[in-house]
Amino acid sequence: MGGEAVSGGIGRSVRRPDGPDKASGVFRYAGDLRVPGMLHARTLRSPHPRARLGRIDAAAARRLPGVAAVVTAADVPGVATYGLIVADQPVFAAAEVRYAGEPVAAVAAVDVATARRALAAIEVDYEPLPPSTDPERVLAADAESLHPAGNLFREIDIRHGEPGVDGPVVVEDRYVVGMQDQAFLAPEAALVSPAADGGVDLLVATQWLHSDREQLAACLGIPENLVRLTLAGVGGAFGGREDVTLQIHGALLARATGAPVRIAYDRVESFLGHPHRHPARMWFRHTATADGELVSVQANVVLDGGAYASSSPAVLANAVTHAAGPYRVPHTRLRGVAVRTNNPPCGAMRGFGVPQVTIGHEAQMDRLADALGMDPVELRIRNAVRPGDVLPTGQVLGAPLPARELIQLVAARPLPPPPTADVTGLALPGGLPAAAEPGRVRRGVGYALAYKNLLFSEGMDDSSAARVRLDLTDDGTPRVRVHSACAEVGQGFVTIAGQIARTELGVEQVVLAPADTAVGSAGSTSASRQTWMSGGAVRGACVAVADRLLARVARAADLPAEVVEAPRRTLRIAAGHIVGVEAGLRIGIADALAEGPIEADYTFHHRRTTALDAEGQGDPHVAFAGAAHRAVVDVDIDLGLVRVVSMALAQDCGTVLNPLSLRGQVEGGTAQGLGLALMEELITVDGVVVNPTFHDYLLPTIADVPDLDFVAVTEPQPDAPYGVKGVGEAPTCTATPAIVAAIRAAVGRDLRRVPVRPQDLVDLPTRPDLPTGSDLPTGSDVPAGVDVPTRAGVDPAGGASTA
Amino acid sequence: MTAVPADGLDAGAEGADRAGGAAGADGGESYRLNVDGFLRTVNGASIGDSLLTVLRDTLGVTAVKDACEQGRCGACSVLLDGRLAASCTVLAADADGTRVVTVAGLGGAGLARAVRAMFLAEGAVQCGFCTPGFVVAVTDLLTRHPDADEEEIREALAGNICRCTGYGRILAAVRAVQAERGALRSGDAHSSGETQRHGETQRHSDGGPDGW
Repeated sequence: MGGEAVSGGIGRSVRRPDGPDKASGVFRYAGDLRVPGMLHARTLRSPHPRARLGRIDAAAARRLPGVAAVVTAADVPGVATYGLIVADQPVFAAAEVRYAGEPVAAVAAVDVATARRALAAIEVDYEPLPPSTDPERVLAADAESLHPAGNLFREIDIRHGEPGVDGPVVVEDRYVVGMQDQAFLAPEAALVSPAADGGVDLLVATQWLHSDREQLAACLGIPENLVRLTLAGVGGAFGGREDVTLQIHGALLARATGAPVRIAYDRVESFLGHPHRHPARMWFRHTATADGELVSVQANVVLDGGAYASSSPAVLANAVTHAAGPYRVPHTRLRGVAVRTNNPPCGAMRGFGVPQVTIGHEAQMDRLADALGMDPVELRIRNAVRPGDVLPTGQVLGAPLPARELIQLVAARPLPPPPTADVTGLALPGGLPAAAEPGRVRRGVGYALAYKNLLFSEGMDDSSAARVRLDLTDDGTPRVRVHSACAEVGQGFVTIAGQIARTELGVEQVVLAPADTAVGSAGSTSASRQTWMSGGAVRGACVAVADRLLARVARAADLPAEVVEAPRRTLRIAAGHIVGVEAGLRIGIADALAEGPIEADYTFHHRRTTALDAEGQGDPHVAFAGAAHRAVVDVDIDLGLVRVVSMALAQDCGTVLNPLSLRGQVEGGTAQGLGLALMEELITVDGVVVNPTFHDYLLPTIADVPDLDFVAVTEPQPDAPYGVKGVGEAPTCTATPAIVAAIRAAVGRDLRRVPVRPQDLVDLPTRPDLPTGSDLPTGSDVPAGVDVPTRAGVDPAGGASTA
Repeated sequence: MTAVPADGLDAGAEGADRAGGAAGADGGESYRLNVDGFLRTVNGASIGDSLLTVLRDTLGVTAVKDACEQGRCGACSVLLDGRLAASCTVLAADADGTRVVTVAGLGGAGLARAVRAMFLAEGAVQCGFCTPGFVVAVTDLLTRHPDADEEEIREALAGNICRCTGYGRILAAVRAVQAERGALRSGDAHSSGETQRHGETQRHSDGGPDGW
């Protein structure tokens, strides 16, 4: 690097290479793929949340003209179950159905209408069983086991400091978070083709090609090298494509029929087909000194994992290790369980367990400020963690993590003008259809601060491989070809990869090979990890190519052997050239490539972390990113309607590789947090999702999301390529609690449940016949499931108090 | 007991993906649709098929995206005789005799070109699945209201869901199109050099689908 910079390198707002095709409608998403002679597949799902599964009679379905195959659990040749962490989920239900929507059979037919008729013709004997849908009851001694592996996915108990040490000021409460869905816009789809070698080829929208391959091969009972996946166009993911959904079903049908199979979900099936964000029930107890220093934090978190494990064990680790938030706390006891119920499975969604606990710990910080008579911003500043502090796991916080600066920065942003009596339309809560009465609007301001771990944790070596080739095009122009299995789901890795290649190799023309399993795994597009991990892999491969290019030039120029050995001491790459100032050398990259292309592979690893020990101690997280939001809301106190007036965000971003992409990530993350605060909830009644459509599951629109006032803190992360940090998740964690805090400030209610609904803000006449989603349980104050933290010397029956 | 398919709610899409050509087993209809300026014959579609289903699955026009089939997300936005519509809420057979314009038919010049260019320049495209619908909706808005204020923009685009961007860059793109075209208009008054460009722009934006 150095000298004349190539255009389109890192640090620039380079445009997406796939943008023109996406904007003109030419870009092919997985659901757009068609091949001649393909069959159409549809999935039969259980209407019951729990049932004994008797005979499945598909004879009538198979006899229908146009039906090519019907597959059930009996047709799975390999391992009958799959899963991201533990393989506890049947490919098709066998013997017992554990959630409403669980796949029971799949059909391939000449067209969709025939496939649907075939589904209706399959006779399934269900013997409904009473579902277990209360996550706080399934671990009771007399609770029925819902699966041979039991009802506990994982329990974590973090003890740090001295048990029983309290400050004089105590706040304690419990909080509930509903089930959010990723609601990516393009429903699941794949095109699956049988291959002559006995293998299978998939074009699929996924977040993690190699994990899909591993699970497919096991269930199909064939070697992994016979399962080949190529990423098809992905219309959003947000965690919802990390689990296998239709991949194995499609492959079974393609192998059964010998024909290519298009398998796809509609919106209803998408809602039923992938895991959601875990609903949470949480208890917190914070104590502080009279002048506002945190003394102890206790938390007890129950995550409802639904019927199968998915990524529940890892989500729980995130939730519990982050439960005290980015604050210095001498004494902590942080506990949690992820449990099995007959609710829909839950797994990865942007934030991965951290948004839930942030809602809890930030509500507690506001309550503590209230109990202390202190400004909530001041309380956060006073207690914010600093690099070098010891976290509840015993991990020493690395730099940078500018928590204090973030909350100071966001608090210093200008506030919007106060509401006036003559505003109309969108400026009022309720917006276009139901404008409120201007005089009945109350304003509130709220803050939230959080940190979120980056990359995989607890000793995982989630490496990423890349292959880079530098060659000449037919017209003699140098070109870089980057091959990575990183799933581009919208986040912009394709842009970043090009920027890195241009920067390292001084060549403007970069092409990305299709992401597929012909190259090594890039790991998952999740955990804020791909810019760091696959960016690191692309950079490493580019550096290896550059080293060979420079050595080649040094040899050709008859430079001394020590220069050939370490050419970067003398030579460097500038835009389109290799330059050696001392040697008086300047050679075009195209000329240096005349003797042949150069190719290199590189695998990037992050620093090693460790698992948690029995006391919940270790060094579990690679690094963190911090964020602070300030929300300003107006609330109609008659109708319980909320308008988010403004959002400000200060975020710890590391080095910024593409300012435009960064802005898109933080604005999108903020909007998803806004959705969780105000409207997004999959509602279940006795385990059955009652709102699996965009008509009933509400998503923020452009009328709901205000402009974001964004400040980036760009201190480099020392062990990451170029000093980057992942940026997509942190703002999702803070947007929700900031908005809820602002609503609390506006209306003076506790609001212990998220999303906040109109009936939480005003006393509306109730309709007991209507489903309301998970409410605050009326039972004990402390979540059951794990025994309450009396061992830490706390009386669980004691309410919030100020001693 | 007979199981109910999870997608059984979706009666409107019955007959989707039917192989084109001959009439379907349950008696398909035959009619013609004017899609992006081309007359296309539809054979074998069910009478209940939505315009979205026929466009995507019978005619192969996959530039129109299918995300909710309820008219709630705008991913399938098209213009019918110049009026914005969610193609999933229109019966295909009812579109016989109207001019259907998708994002692919908006053309490579004029306002639609400017909208697409600003979506890219301002970072309004991430996964891109909502983008074709947004480009249609924004082009429609700025054709009718070139100087729409922020509230009018937000109101007009509230039927299009984007899950990636949080809308900030989309709003920026709309404003950038307005600024660019506003500059073109003011340039017309002060600079003869801009007049020719202005004239072309006006001609394109007045000409219906071909003009966009």
